[in-house]
Amino acid sequence: MAKVATRESYGNALAEYGADERVIVLDADLSKSTKTATFKKKYPERFFNMGIAEANMISTAAGLATCGKIVFASSFAMFAAGRAFEQIRNSVGYPKLNVKIGATHAGISVGEDGATHQCLEDIGLMRTIPGMVILNPADDTEAKLCVKAAIDHVGPVYLRFGRLAVEDIYDESYQFEIGKGNELAPGTDVSLIATGLMVGEALKARKILEEEGIKARVINIATIKPIDEEIIVKASKETGAIVTAEEHNIIGGLGSAVAEVLCEKAPCHMARIGSRDVFGRSGKPAELLRMYEMDAQAIAEKAREVYQLKNN
Amino acid sequence: MDNNLKNSLSICAYNIRKDVIDAVYSASSGHPGGSLSIADVLAYLYFYKMNVDPKNPKDPDRDRFVLSKGHCAPALYGVLAEKGYFPKEDVKTFRQTSSYLQGHPDMKGVPGVDMSTGSLGQGICAANGMALAAKIDHKDYRVYSILGDGELEEGQVWEAAMFAAHYKLDNVTAFIDFNGLQIDGDITKVMNPTPIDKKFEAFGWHVIHINAHDFDEIDAAVTEAEQTKGQPTMILMHSTKGKGVSFMENNYEWHGMAPNQEQYEQAIAELDAKIKELEACK
Repeated sequence: MAKVATRESYGNALAEYGADERVIVLDADLSKSTKTATFKKKYPERFFNMGIAEANMISTAAGLATCGKIVFASSFAMFAAGRAFEQIRNSVGYPKLNVKIGATHAGISVGEDGATHQCLEDIGLMRTIPGMVILNPADDTEAKLCVKAAIDHVGPVYLRFGRLAVEDIYDESYQFEIGKGNELAPGTDVSLIATGLMVGEALKARKILEEEGIKARVINIATIKPIDEEIIVKASKETGAIVTAEEHNIIGGLGSAVAEVLCEKAPCHMARIGSRDVFGRSGKPAELLRMYEMDAQAIAEKAREVYQLKNN
Repeated sequence: MDNNLKNSLSICAYNIRKDVIDAVYSASSGHPGGSLSIADVLAYLYFYKMNVDPKNPKDPDRDRFVLSKGHCAPALYGVLAEKGYFPKEDVKTFRQTSSYLQGHPDMKGVPGVDMSTGSLGQGICAANGMALAAKIDHKDYRVYSILGDGELEEGQVWEAAMFAAHYKLDNVTAFIDFNGLQIDGDITKVMNPTPIDKKFEAFGWHVIHINAHDFDEIDAAVTEAEQTKGQPTMILMHSTKGKGVSFMENNYEWHGMAPNQEQYEQAIAELDAKIKELEACK
């Protein structure tokens, strides 16, 4: 199976769908890493390097958007959502402008660069901005479809991409729709609700559990906001136990979003996989995912726990 | 400039000042000092210079204006009301829960507001974005923006300064309301941003000094900015904070304070007297 990092998919999709003359791409001196360089090569007249100045990039993007442009503003998640949070909130979110924040290098799988670059807070930050759409694709195909959907959607969108190459999950027949989760594998004992890179891990966890006789449903939530309440409530009612998995702090991200839905609409046993309110460190991505318990093995362990709780 | 034109722009500016006082008094809050100091340049831009039409506020070819110092919304609402974007009496609903006239400009709710501002340092960047869009689309509209002198303490302003010069945005004309005062006092005591001219020149801008309350100087500088190619222009407007209301002039305490009834009546009386004097000169 091909392995592609979703940041590669981002650059390729911008080049593919960027034929739309309204599309403008901004980057903060990271175009080779965020892969917006792929767009730049094809449409140099609509690419602007903003230098290492993310606050200015976001507010300038807002001004461009008032003139009918569809603006992709790109940097690492840490500096896009983190450093420029207030610009996104006030210059983009409040006036509902057509700016798409293309945030790459999200999560601990950034690896060797360490804690300062491993953004584990962006989903929480973006989720609190009224009207913000948050897309966190799981593989190459889905990432490209997210870019397409972001172009078609009128209003602010936060797109979260990873540095690490991930295995293909979807083929060309996959149809992505903002706000819709996707059941990847059936199961009745427990549901694994994952996003981004953790979707692949959840599928691996399902195999581990299958060998133990536990049938796990796997759900991909690529749209973290607006979240697909229906698929979550259905999972709760039909499986009675849920594990969320994300490359993000367990506070504020997918786990929180799912817990909010469950508490109000369909409570069940649940557990969250993610960074447990700590900063990361330098290391190889796979080793870090193991160390911080954000991998298939960790998901399987938590799934066993909630499954047992349900049956007690 | 023709004397009759200057006279009518001056009357307009004093009417904007009355709107400012009405707005802030009605709301019992707001920012009169810096609103009064930019009334002349707003009158000049909206009633003489800018290609704008209150009947077609979203015209894609219009000139744009971004109030980077968004807290001076009372002056922006004043000039928009005088220009006919919305009824003049609505100015008195400023900051009320039921009103569309928010404490800081909201482009989604107020006709004629080109960008939502209020968080300092961001408006000038958005203005640059509009100017870049004009370059991309080969359009000849211009973008105007007013910054506060205290606002220059925001680092983002200097990111914007670098950006506009780098991309040669000669369709940007920015003004600094150089009244020397911010909320906590004298700008040079709070966090000295001077020398402002040398800084912008070093960043690659064309810089012009003017008296903010002299229409000949405003017009000459804006014309010079139009003729300056390959770089943006910064017009450093030496202004009087609180201009036109004697007890508010040059007093930083009026940065963000509303007048009481007695002060309100005195302010309106002074502004009315000035308008009467100007009308007699017609």
